[in-house]
Amino acid sequence: MSSDRFFAKLLTHFILLIGVIISVFPFYWLVVMATNTSSEIVRFPPKLTFGGELFTNVSNVLGSIDFFQAFFNTLFVSSVNVLGILFFCSLAGFAFAKFQFPGKNMLFVALLLTMMIPAQMSFVPSFLLIAEFGWVDTYKALIIPGLASAFGIFWIRQFCQDAVPDELLEAGRLDGCNTFRLYWNVALPSLKPALTFLGIFTFIGVWNDYLWPLVTINSPSRYTLQVMLAQLNGVYDTDYAIIMTGTLMATVPLIVLFIIFSKQFMAGVAEGAVKE
Amino acid sequence: MTQPKHEVARPPVFHNKPSLWAEIWKKRTLYLFISPFFLLFAVFGIFPIIYSLYLSFHNWSGLGERTFVGLSNFQYLITDAGFWQAVGNTFGIWFLSSIPMLFFALVIAFLLNLPSLTGRGTYRTLFFITNVTSIVAVAIIFETIFSNQYGLMNYLLSLVGIGSLEWMNSSFLIKVVIASMVVWRFVGYNAIIYLAGLQSIPKTLYEAAIIDGANKIQIFFRITIPMLRPIILFTVIMTTIGSMQIFTEPQILLGNSGGVGGAGMTMTLYMYNEGFLNQQFGYASAVSWAMFIIIAVFSLINWKLVQKA
Repeated sequence: MSSDRFFAKLLTHFILLIGVIISVFPFYWLVVMATNTSSEIVRFPPKLTFGGELFTNVSNVLGSIDFFQAFFNTLFVSSVNVLGILFFCSLAGFAFAKFQFPGKNMLFVALLLTMMIPAQMSFVPSFLLIAEFGWVDTYKALIIPGLASAFGIFWIRQFCQDAVPDELLEAGRLDGCNTFRLYWNVALPSLKPALTFLGIFTFIGVWNDYLWPLVTINSPSRYTLQVMLAQLNGVYDTDYAIIMTGTLMATVPLIVLFIIFSKQFMAGVAEGAVKE
Repeated sequence: MTQPKHEVARPPVFHNKPSLWAEIWKKRTLYLFISPFFLLFAVFGIFPIIYSLYLSFHNWSGLGERTFVGLSNFQYLITDAGFWQAVGNTFGIWFLSSIPMLFFALVIAFLLNLPSLTGRGTYRTLFFITNVTSIVAVAIIFETIFSNQYGLMNYLLSLVGIGSLEWMNSSFLIKVVIASMVVWRFVGYNAIIYLAGLQSIPKTLYEAAIIDGANKIQIFFRITIPMLRPIILFTVIMTTIGSMQIFTEPQILLGNSGGVGGAGMTMTLYMYNEGFLNQQFGYASAVSWAMFIIIAVFSLINWKLVQKA
């Protein structure tokens, strides 16, 4: 390898590494703050290295807020939403990809158009509707509106067209499968990669959602992690150790999940963008 | 009815081509398959939008009577300095965030696309991880980084000889902080999107250009950029729509007031305040319609500009 090439390569890695450091640094900083005492966080110059206070801080968080309740709420809402999205979107995506029925194209165009309607338009009236249903302060408010999405259906349909061969469906039909059995036994196993991406994508989105739970949930016992964090940030204004440790505890599970599934997820992100 | 003979004389026409309703009934399972989305969308999508239009012509505090006020919410909106300040702030934050974000994303994507690069997958994951974190957590972390007194950024600035900046007291710097959060969160995301676009450009195009004697700069501007145009268009529109709806960053960082002089008051935060703090649901609906029009027009302008560029 010529030295020119070597330096070009070195420079590439150097620039990328600077980018990575900027990307990852706030997480490092979060851990630093979560392992130090409040007084160490607010001194100037700030302490830039890990301390030994993590367990004290964690027990302080657990003592001042019901972290596990918020964690459970978030996990529950996210999981149910994922199951709903996976089921309803794959059913609809399968129908749109593999069958002909009157009005199909019109309905699909309508579905695509719904993706262009900005969320904030329906924000106030959606809340009022939820209030009318008596769902304020219930899990229903967090779960039911998100059980199916246009994006999910679109995503599954795109994938399904290639992933589920028509011959396989015909063979299934000859074996006496009804349409639902075709979906469940023939299509669903082939859709796994698309479902994995959609599942993680949905899970991350619901887990991180803030504005909607903020307006629909009032009781601390039903707070999601994000709302709880915001409350923590507002109430314990000066106790940075508690705020930062709470933030760390709410952030780590999702980061771990993302790293576990990052390969499938990154492939999905790339594919979706290029197809659109 | 009047021509029974006629009907009897002919073989049933429906035999080969069943009526629309018969066809729909036959395919009822498929309609059942797609119905959950359309039902949910009717209830939580279409109905709220129509209801929101209805509300925007009324005064309503959420309790008691709705009073029809015609266009007065919109008339008020036109003269509402608070709303227009929020519009200006939102555009300011968009301007400060979108250009550096898309530029850095392109640079990262080009570097990640170099054929000899090792560790591409790891880089991709590390760049994307910022996008996985909740905005609430990011806003809390950035709050300490940009804090006026003991912030990390001020410490770094003091190391290089620049004095402390009052980040949270300056109308401009507040926007810089919010924009920096947006840039931080979405650079990686956009870089991955660009990378995917770069990788989908057929290799044969490059080979042909090399045979024709094109240099690297020509290849970049004649092949790479034109082939990437649809993807760039996509990211510009998504970025525009996203920036116009910024809420969590200023709300966590500065509270519902939008900070000193309302410098971080965005359109969505304004709508939230009017609806959920002041209980002016009618006016908040008018604000949301105004936002919709602003976003739609602005996205369209962006679309046209990027297409021409």
